[in-house]
Parts: sequence; structure tokens; C-alpha cells
Amino acid sequence: MTRRRVRRIVEFVIERVLFLSATGSILITAGIILVLLFETAAFLSEVPIAEFLFGTVWTPLFFDKHFGVLPLVTGTLLASGIAMLVALPAGLMTAIYLSEYAPSSVRRTVKPVLELLAGVPTVVYGYFALLFVTPLLQSVLPGLAGFNALSPGIVMGIMILPLVSSLSEDALRSVPNGLREGAYALGATRMEAALRVVLPAAFSGVSAACVLAVSRAIGETMIVAIAAGQQPRLTLDPRVPVETMTAYIVQVSLGDTPGGTIEYRTIFAVGMLLFISTFVLNLFSNWLRERFREEYA
Amino acid sequence: MTRAVAGTVGTIGTTRARYARDWLFTSFGLLSTLLGLVALGALLYDVVSDGAGRLSWQFMTSYTSRRAADAGIYAALVGSLFVIALTAAIAVPLGVAAAVHLEEYGGRGRLSRLIEINIANLAGVPSIIYGLLGLGLFVRAMGMGQSVLAGSSTLALLVLPVVILSTREALRAVPNSLREGSYALGATKWQTIWNQVLPAAFPGILTGLILSLSRAIGETAPLVTIGALTYVPFAPDSIWSPFTVLPIQVFAWVSRPQASFAENAAAGILVLIGLLLVMNATAIALRDRLQRHTR
Repeated sequence: MTRRRVRRIVEFVIERVLFLSATGSILITAGIILVLLFETAAFLSEVPIAEFLFGTVWTPLFFDKHFGVLPLVTGTLLASGIAMLVALPAGLMTAIYLSEYAPSSVRRTVKPVLELLAGVPTVVYGYFALLFVTPLLQSVLPGLAGFNALSPGIVMGIMILPLVSSLSEDALRSVPNGLREGAYALGATRMEAALRVVLPAAFSGVSAACVLAVSRAIGETMIVAIAAGQQPRLTLDPRVPVETMTAYIVQVSLGDTPGGTIEYRTIFAVGMLLFISTFVLNLFSNWLRERFREEYA
Repeated sequence: MTRAVAGTVGTIGTTRARYARDWLFTSFGLLSTLLGLVALGALLYDVVSDGAGRLSWQFMTSYTSRRAADAGIYAALVGSLFVIALTAAIAVPLGVAAAVHLEEYGGRGRLSRLIEINIANLAGVPSIIYGLLGLGLFVRAMGMGQSVLAGSSTLALLVLPVVILSTREALRAVPNSLREGSYALGATKWQTIWNQVLPAAFPGILTGLILSLSRAIGETAPLVTIGALTYVPFAPDSIWSPFTVLPIQVFAWVSRPQASFAENAAAGILVLIGLLLVMNATAIALRDRLQRHTR
């Protein structure tokens, strides 16, 4: 009788402990939001929000301080945009090739090898961008500076390529064969079946993968911190040094900036902007996947 | 779907032109696939050709130095191993416990649903944001300073969502008949989980853990953000020591303009990649071994 009661208490305690661990994950999100909010509020009490969001000069580390975040935003968009120009077409074509054309033996070897690309530490890509891709590009484009947005953008695209190809390929392959066979029966070539039947049918998964790729590019840090330079400038020229939001956070962290100063708070304000952008994109990606999901019996 | 198929009817062009386009499209697909593979090959070739000459016993056992030729990776290698071990000690119990709750106890209630959405979202937060959390929470508010403990805690939060997701995956693969058999013999819920479910899921859980930790070992940005040092001429000896890790050491060397430091960076990358290979090979070997034992 008593043993059974002890047993029941133990069961109850264990369940509570497990439950607490599970709710701990919510505390992480709460922690992120609170830390960012706290420091950003302190920052915005000194700098008007309009100046932060719409100012075009970013020099918080200089004697003559300006807090306009737009140069960091354009730097981020430029590098991510170049990455998307590489990752989206190449990733989608890879996915279509592997899912619709390649024999299954090829797919089984190529897919894991491509996923190795996703497992390479980002600092290695930074090295590759700065010391291999930039010199290579300079031999073709003489006007290219040693630090620029083009080379890290391309390398970032290669890093994100397996994310796009892997998720899109899963989506394409979940389209039932009956649809393909229907298209072939109507005389479609494989390209016509892939582009006009399979791709539209897999729209939700493929578009969700693309949005996720954008979010990943915006948050990527080390490649741009190493190879894009650290000069915030309002430009869309991919040949000159720029600075992204993430690279700015790294730049300040490398210096010895004491807590509580305005320079210290800028990284949290920039981090808040970064967190909101990636969060919205992730939600959008989820929404695409849920909203347009096609159920095939 | 009818709309999409109807679109093909409108296609103009002779059969030959359509098949030529198909051929072109295939070649383009093949080229795209090769792009990724060629890039991976170029990257490995570049790092090996730059760094292999620098790799030596002296490099592995020396501290970093202001002179490139004397500099070594020892402090960063020890730092990486120390940080990752402590990260595992924090993240593994928490993550596995959370996964067991969600998978075995998790009701269909609103709270469970909220936790699930939350974990999926956390997995998509950029790693540098975790660095800011660690800086604000561990380094400043909790006063841990730029120590191994602060670094490991930050990385633990970073890998927690991945640990939870992969552990749930492994638990889900355990057949329900095993649980039902245990209940039928009079075992309680926890006895069933501890004696039947967890042992059966162990190989899968372990693989997921090693893979998430090998992701953490390559992370640079969050540790730079909490203020991990870039020049550390000593190995960390307690959880309160300042530290550096392999990717940060590589970053520090890459940031210097001299070519001799670039060679050091490449050699450091080789050590880092070697460590990753060892971890992944261990994961695969352990999984195969354990699976043979349990079946």
C-alpha cells in the first residue's frame, strides 16, 4: 500500500520536472525578447526612433555620432540579395534535377554530399570568400575592392543552396506520381511536367523553403564579417566594402565596449531589428507551408 | 490542378523545339547540381593546399603567438573541447527531459501546442541573437563574465531546440507495442519510459545529440558576441576561466593581413574539420553498434 503511494508521488514529481524542462524553452524566447527590449528601450530614450530607422549615416563609434541604421540595412539586403540570386535558381534547379530527372542512385549519393555544405562551419566559408573567391573575382572584375559584398554574397548563396535544394526536393517528391503520369499521358515533356504540374503542386513547400533561405541569409554573420568589410555605407554597389547588421554586432563585440554606454546599446537595437525581421520571415514561411498545403490521398 | 495542366495545351512550338528545350533544361539542372559539388571541392582543396604545410605537432601543442610561425592551436583546441563538454552537460539533460515530456506526456492542450510552435521558431533564430541573449543575461546580469561557463550556457540555449527536435524524432520511432507490453506487465508510465522507451530510442537520441553538438562546435558569432577573447595564450583550467575556441582563433588569424597568418587559419580550419569528422564518425559508429545490440 505505502509502496504504491511512494511510487505515485515519484511519478508525479518526475512528470513535474519534465514539464518544467519543456516550459524552459518558452523562457528562452522570453529571455531573448526581454534582453533586447530592455536595452533597445534604453537606446531609444537617447536616440529618436525616426532618426534610428530613417537616418542615412551610421557612425556610433566615431566622435561625431550618427545613428541612422539604413546603411546597415542596405548592406544586409545587398549581401542577402546576391546570395538569393545564387541560392534560389541553383537550389531549385538542383531540386528539380534530383527529384524529376536523376536516377535514384545519383540522388542517394548527391543529396548527403550537398548536405555536407550545410555542415561546414561558417567561419570556413568566410576564409573561402576572402582568400579564394575574392582574388578569383578580382581577376575578372578589376574594380573589385578587397572587401566587397559580391564575394561573401556568392559564398553565402552556396552555403544556403543545400537548404533550398533539400527542402524543395522533399516538397517535389511528395507530389504523387499520378500527376506526373497524367501530364506525360497528355504528351508533356519532362520539363513541361516539372514546371507546369509538379512545381505548382509543390508550391507551398518550395516557397516556404525560399522564404526560410532569405531569413537564413539575413542572420548569417561570419561570412560577411570576414569578407564584406566593416564600413557602413548607403550603396547598392556590390564592388565596394559594406557592413551588415550582423557584422556590426561582431565589430562592436570585438572591441572593448563597456556595458551601459550608447555604443553598447546600439548592438541590441540592431539585434532587435534583426530578430524582428527573421522572426517575421520564419512565421511567413510557416504560414506558406500551412496555408497552401495540398493534401493528396 | 486542372488549371496547371490546361496551361500545357497552350504551348506553342514544334515537338522538336519542345524536346530541345527539355534537353537544355536538363543540362541546366545538371550544371546547378554540379555547382554545389564543385564549390565543396574547391573549398576543401583551397583549405588543404593552404594549411596542410603548416600542420605539425608543434602547431597542435603551442599557444598562439604574435609571430605566425610560432603560433599554435593548443589553447583553442582545449577551449573548444571544454566548452562543448560543458554545453553537453547543460543542454542534454534539459533537452531530453523536455522532449520526453512533449512526446510521452504531452497533452493536446494549448500549452503543449504553444511550446511546440515556440521550439520550431527558436530553431530559426539567428545564432548571433543567442549571443546577445548570453551577453545580456549570463555575462552582465548574472555576472559570469567572459568565462567558459557563460560561453557554454549560451551555446546550450542555442542547441536546445535542435536537441529537443531530434530526441522527439527518436522517441517517435519507438513502436507503441513496446509501451503497451510494459503497461500490460503492470509498469507505471515512468518505469515504462525509463526501462523500455529510452533504451530503445538511445541510438537515435545519441546520434541527434552528437550532430547538434557538432553544430555548436563550429559556432563563432554567439561566442564573439559574449566577448570571448581572440588572443588567449593559456588553456582554460576552470569554468570561470577566459577562453577561446577553434573557430574564433581561425577568425582572429583570418582578420590579419599577413599571408603567414592566413596559413595558420587554414591549418586551424583543418583541425576544426578533423574534429567534426571524428564526432560524426563516432555518431555513426555508435549508432550501428548499439542498434545491433538492441535488436
